[in-house]
Amino acid sequence: MTASNASGFPVRSASVVLAQTNIDTDQIIPARFLSTTERRGLGQHAFNDWRWREDGSANPDFAFNQPHNAGRSVLLAGRNFGCGSSREHAPWSLRDLGLQVVVSSEIADIFRGNALKNGLLPVVLPEAVVQDLMTRPDDVLTVDIEARELRTPDGTVHTFPLDAFARTCLLEGVDEMGYLLARSAGIQHYEDTHHAR
Amino acid sequence: MTASPKTLFDKLWDAHVVIPETEAAPAVLYIDLHLIHEVTSPQAFTELRARGLKPRRPDRTKATMDHSTPTLPAGPDGRLPYASEASEKQVATLARNCAEFGIELFDMSSDQRGIVHVIAPEQGFTLPGMTIVCGDSHTSTHGAFGSLAFGIGTSEVGNVLATQCLLQRRAKTMSITVDGALAPGVGAKDVILHAIGVIGVNGGTGHVIEYRGSTIEAMDMEQRMTLCNMSIEAGARAGMVAPDEVTFDWIARTPRGPKGADFDAAVAHWRTLRSDEGARFDVEVHIDAADIRPTLTWGTHPGTAIGVDVPVPAPVDAAERKGQDYMRVVAGQPLAGMPVDVVFVGSCTNGRLRDMREVADVLRAHRVAPGVRMLVVPGSEIVKREAEAEGIDAIVRAAGAEWREPGCSMCIAMNGDLVAPGQLAVSTSNRNFEGRQGPGARTLLASPTTAAWAAVRGVVADPRERFSDHREVA
Ligand code: SF4
Repeated sequence: MTASNASGFPVRSASVVLAQTNIDTDQIIPARFLSTTERRGLGQHAFNDWRWREDGSANPDFAFNQPHNAGRSVLLAGRNFGCGSSREHAPWSLRDLGLQVVVSSEIADIFRGNALKNGLLPVVLPEAVVQDLMTRPDDVLTVDIEARELRTPDGTVHTFPLDAFARTCLLEGVDEMGYLLARSAGIQHYEDTHHAR
Repeated sequence: MTASPKTLFDKLWDAHVVIPETEAAPAVLYIDLHLIHEVTSPQAFTELRARGLKPRRPDRTKATMDHSTPTLPAGPDGRLPYASEASEKQVATLARNCAEFGIELFDMSSDQRGIVHVIAPEQGFTLPGMTIVCGDSHTSTHGAFGSLAFGIGTSEVGNVLATQCLLQRRAKTMSITVDGALAPGVGAKDVILHAIGVIGVNGGTGHVIEYRGSTIEAMDMEQRMTLCNMSIEAGARAGMVAPDEVTFDWIARTPRGPKGADFDAAVAHWRTLRSDEGARFDVEVHIDAADIRPTLTWGTHPGTAIGVDVPVPAPVDAAERKGQDYMRVVAGQPLAGMPVDVVFVGSCTNGRLRDMREVADVLRAHRVAPGVRMLVVPGSEIVKREAEAEGIDAIVRAAGAEWREPGCSMCIAMNGDLVAPGQLAVSTSNRNFEGRQGPGARTLLASPTTAAWAAVRGVVADPRERFSDHREVA
């Protein structure tokens, strides 16, 4: 989907830290908020059960409720972020919350794919690097898709893997459905040769 | 020159490549069967409409409603007790989308409706050799038939609706070989929980798992579906089992599978769908069936699996400590003996006839312990009818448990069936994440036998007691 892809990179932002490992998509957006037929408006429920108390008030201990984290668009998360369900509502809610980049030492497959389709960049770096970044969340990081680099203010450069196709899509705003539609002739040929029985 | 030996995954992948992958772009992969449900499809249809498109192959698309549907019957006014207006609207939206675009829908009035991963194999839509996707991570279930089946996001649901194709990078391969006989009271759910415990909650990331070995070959289709279902809980893209006579027998009995000469021709092809002798996997794991005990989870992800009588390990990091605090388990003590509030039997993992029978086996001679709420939710209308024909509903009710209408129910707690804050549930579903079964709910994943035995004992207990000890006659 094209909506938000091309804009916004490189990102320059300090980070919000959620050090916990295995943050699953049920934590990112609990199932009871999936009864929507829209993509928008899920940001208020991102990390809902950690963010809001039962009486509806904000949990002051939770990172996203702390005033100094307001407006930050990079999330530093513990290993195996985004495991669990295939709900695209997870990256929708994180984008709606204002995030553009998630950094972790491991990011679950389906979440990673869903994130890329919504202009949320998954950045996988070695665990030691992520741990180190977590000790300095106020550093303004530069996340550069073109160079596949995350740069810290002291000049350290961390390159991260990014699929060439995903990179092109993010940079040029190419959308996958359009790309596939443009290959209709090939798809027709496949159907003709494989299903003609 | 002989071709190098291929894995089952390689064969399925190669047969579905429309345009091969390159450094610059993923492969265009053809999808044979697209399953949709109410929760992850509405925005995809919106996108289709916005672009003025129609589904390319509505005939290869099947729809059901399962996640947010009530499991209680309609009230006196004939209305179904939906948990919210939003849920009802979501279900209605699916019905409208299917009607507009000519997609076959198993709706609330259908006597074949049920959880998407239960009904597609039941109908004979799921066949060996297929690529199958659904906006649902447990699509891996269908791999039990020797298909390449995996979960996708809503944007991809839109892509498949529009083009019947997906952009995919080839996955790595992993084999999990299980050999030997399972002990009485130990089943497929214990095998997969044990396996996830061995490889870890992210141990399968980037891989497609093929389950093999004598233990797997001895399993029926329902057990193989339980196994493949939870592949995603190890982070794997998909799980699969090579098709064999057991698979063909199942398909022969389905209403919509191939018939007559078509069936015979299909079987001849399906027999070629196995990993060649000498095929190499990127990762190979071996498990001895004799090592597998009745297994449950102690933490807040499915990788925290241990034998029922094994002490909970000391936490290795802050996340595990948080998980143990949330679950209120004590390191050094086994799960056996923990008092249970709720027992849930159902879901696409364990909501099939075999699972209902396992529960009835336990409940036939016992009552649910006082203070325990037990919900038994068949995975489909067909499972429900077949179970009722065997009197299982009566056994369940007589034991003091609830027998419900088919749906996802307490597995995802979207439909109003939920575990109260702080309560401990032993569940046959697939996820024990914080709040998965309701805010503050604590979930232990287990087999139907272990779950039913916990309901009877009122505490987590070793179901092997039934085969060795006096309690069975008590
Ligand atoms: S039963 Fe649970 S895991 Fe299976 S499809 Fe329904 S919600 Fe998903």
